[in-house]
Amino acid sequence: MQNDLVLRVVGKLLIPFILLFALYVLFHGDFGPGGGFQAGVIFATGIVFHALIFGLDNTRQAVPDRLVESMLAGGVLIYAGVGVAGLLLGGNYLDYFVLDKNPVIGQHRGIFWVEVGVATTVSSVMLKIFYMFASRGQREGKEE
Amino acid sequence: MGRPGGGIIETIIINVLLVFMVLLVLALIRTRNLFAVIVLSGLYSFLMATVLVALDAVDVAMTEAAVGAGVSTVLLLGALNLCKSEEAKTAKRPWLPLALSATTGVLLIYGAMGLPDFADPQAPIHQHVAPRYLQNEVDIPNVVTAVLASFRGYDTLGETTVVFTAGAGIIALLRRRKRDTDAK
Repeated sequence: MQNDLVLRVVGKLLIPFILLFALYVLFHGDFGPGGGFQAGVIFATGIVFHALIFGLDNTRQAVPDRLVESMLAGGVLIYAGVGVAGLLLGGNYLDYFVLDKNPVIGQHRGIFWVEVGVATTVSSVMLKIFYMFASRGQREGKEE
Repeated sequence: MGRPGGGIIETIIINVLLVFMVLLVLALIRTRNLFAVIVLSGLYSFLMATVLVALDAVDVAMTEAAVGAGVSTVLLLGALNLCKSEEAKTAKRPWLPLALSATTGVLLIYGAMGLPDFADPQAPIHQHVAPRYLQNEVDIPNVVTAVLASFRGYDTLGETTVVFTAGAGIIALLRRRKRDTDAK
């Protein structure tokens, strides 16, 4: 698919908007439909789209495996870290009311970081699975 | 968001979509070409996502469209790249599995008849903790997000850990395989 001009042009036009939409779904998840999981999947879809059009090797250079793997664990750590922050500020684990003087703002802050954590883990897991499957196909294709 | 239960138009739209889905499943069973099967199941997911939008469950619809139609289609195509693209014909006629799935289906339909009516405000699920959630003391307009991230934060932490474990498992499985082939 790498030499298809239409796909390349459409991909270049669309991919930034797909990624932007993922961020919108993440940051606007409190007000509209969406949230961390949806945002993470949409973000991963955008990058998979890039890999389909421009080839896996190019995508792996843009989004390296090391980054994906650290995001994999980083997301869970961000989520768990919000819980620990609640503990340190004198609340229960995952208690967002203590994250700010105003409890409602504390809730918003807690939910925001929790969603960031979910999105990070979900997008990197999707990407990692795709990388793993696609690179196997590539290797065995070359051997044949 | 529409009225609970939806109007007559919603009912017609949902039923038409569900009929399309049944037709798609029949086509899926008949098709032997795996490439066509993958594309058809992507279509199935899109139809499901549209039904969920009509049911006002936009959050779930987004997930269905992105995961069911997007990522899993790509993953299945990647898997198809590693195997033959025609489904093998089974030697025996699968009467026992057919009887088993038919029985399960009948039991599920029988069980579904005992459920409360669709969008019935008196249903037990709307009487238990839902009123407390809807008081919305966290002041987040999207109640789904509030429930997921705040009221049920522990559940979501567990789910995120499950997703992480899935990724870690994939890495563990496929990495070792790679090293084995290198050693050979």
